[in-house]
Amino acid sequence: MYSIETRNLTYKYSIGTPYERVAVNDVSLQIEKGQYVGVIGHTGSGKSTLIQHFNGLLQPTSGEVYIDGEKMWEDKAKMRDFRFKVGLVFQYPEYQLFGETVYEDISFGPKNMGLDSAEIDRRVKDAAYSVGITTEQLEKSPFELSGGQKRRVAIAGVMAMEPEVLILDEPTAGLDPKGRDVILGQIREYHSEKKNTVLLVSHSMEDIAANATMALVMNKSKMFAYDTVQNVFAKGEELSAIGLSVPQISRVFTGLGNKFPNIDKKIYTIEQAKQNILSILKHKEGNI
Amino acid sequence: MIKDITIGQYFPGKSFIHKLDPRIKIISTFAFIIYLFVSNTFTGLIVGGIFALLCYLIARIPLKIIFRSLKPIIPIIIFTAVLNMFFMEGDVLWQWSFLKITSQGIRTAIFMCIRIVFLIIGSTLLTYCTSPIALTDAIERLLKPLAKIKMPVHELAMMMTIALRFIPTLIEETDKIMSAQKARGADIETGGIIQKAKALIPILIPLFVSSFRRADELAMAMECRCYHGGEGRTRMKQLYYGTRDIFAVLTFVVLFTITILLNIYASGL
Repeated sequence: MYSIETRNLTYKYSIGTPYERVAVNDVSLQIEKGQYVGVIGHTGSGKSTLIQHFNGLLQPTSGEVYIDGEKMWEDKAKMRDFRFKVGLVFQYPEYQLFGETVYEDISFGPKNMGLDSAEIDRRVKDAAYSVGITTEQLEKSPFELSGGQKRRVAIAGVMAMEPEVLILDEPTAGLDPKGRDVILGQIREYHSEKKNTVLLVSHSMEDIAANATMALVMNKSKMFAYDTVQNVFAKGEELSAIGLSVPQISRVFTGLGNKFPNIDKKIYTIEQAKQNILSILKHKEGNI
Repeated sequence: MIKDITIGQYFPGKSFIHKLDPRIKIISTFAFIIYLFVSNTFTGLIVGGIFALLCYLIARIPLKIIFRSLKPIIPIIIFTAVLNMFFMEGDVLWQWSFLKITSQGIRTAIFMCIRIVFLIIGSTLLTYCTSPIALTDAIERLLKPLAKIKMPVHELAMMMTIALRFIPTLIEETDKIMSAQKARGADIETGGIIQKAKALIPILIPLFVSSFRRADELAMAMECRCYHGGEGRTRMKQLYYGTRDIFAVLTFVVLFTITILLNIYASGL
């Protein structure tokens, strides 16, 4: 049983008007439980549209979506349950904050789930802790916080529902490098703690390389590849053909690998690169 | 979803009608409305209707759009028809206590219905083939004489342009916020009035906040580009009358001649 499965999923925008266009074209994929999936693709490649199908915000024009083996859209009354199962954090989520206090805003999701107040309280505090929001900040108005803090409150608002699948659409867009590292670190920690499925939409190959186990590549509304990060980045040339880059370190090692046969071409993080070079150097010392 | 709402939807194109000067298009629309009210004969009305449909064909606007624009006014049409049918004096065809139908009543009812339908068909064509920006531009130019009596014409036009410009942006924003709150389990569709009103809070507050933010940013951006009102401001796209505009005016002269002649010589047809 897969966490998320789609079969021939197709979605068209503005059907019947001059602006009609296909946003997602015949995508079939299976995402296993507990994976950390990086979703890559150009602006307009259909990533954002695709992920909105996973919690039922969009209904496929044709094709099916299954969550934990359960078919979506069969029973409309059940749609809310799917939304609680699959948490979706939109781009620039800080613009959706409305609560009088940060606490109230984070508790919006759990309250909608109909939990009792003790459980809501636990979840709000847990989620706030996960994203590094302090107890004093919980009592503040969300509009008093800085941009990065607002973003983290918004992410906590979805985390507090403790969804089995957490989807984040470019959670680091517009943040400085430090803010980016903080948020990605918190998501990674949350993932390893809860063992749930995480989908991270990102433009940064480095972010995907450093965090994800699997990579889903979208190109011109079609699925270009869904494979392990290592295998996807090994296709560096194909990726650059569709205008996507691979991490810098992976480009360096593909180049090096072409010259020296004993260098591993499939390296995509700095950590792996360091290990590889050290082992080669050790090997050499042994030879001498 | 909410995106499908159409407010004077514009169909981009390159037809004769699209290329007409927007000022002429506004004047023509008014002329067409006046034409419909001047016409006293069925033939005159039908000629006007055929002319409007011809314009749709030239502009390549799908004819099924007409039905969509007529749908909301069906109640008004029925209301007018009933009113005219029962309350017109004349030769009685059918009577029941104070209600009576006269042949004149039926004629007027049909006449009014056709008039309203053509009125809607003709006037919606203006927004179908003129972009909102061109429209406000034209309004500004047409109202310019009023600036002499200290009417802030430019400011009004600028406000209209900004308002029109931000309608799609705000719709998109609303859509986004709604999706985000739905993703957190907000239930907007079901429940009583009070519950529905309460459910709107998580949508309206972020929308207001971002509208203010946008207004602030826009004001800043305009100031950064030294905007200081309409005085001495030149335009990138100047409006010129061309041969096709003269052609449009001539068409209306012909139409009016036909209908006035019909009114005089063929009344009752």
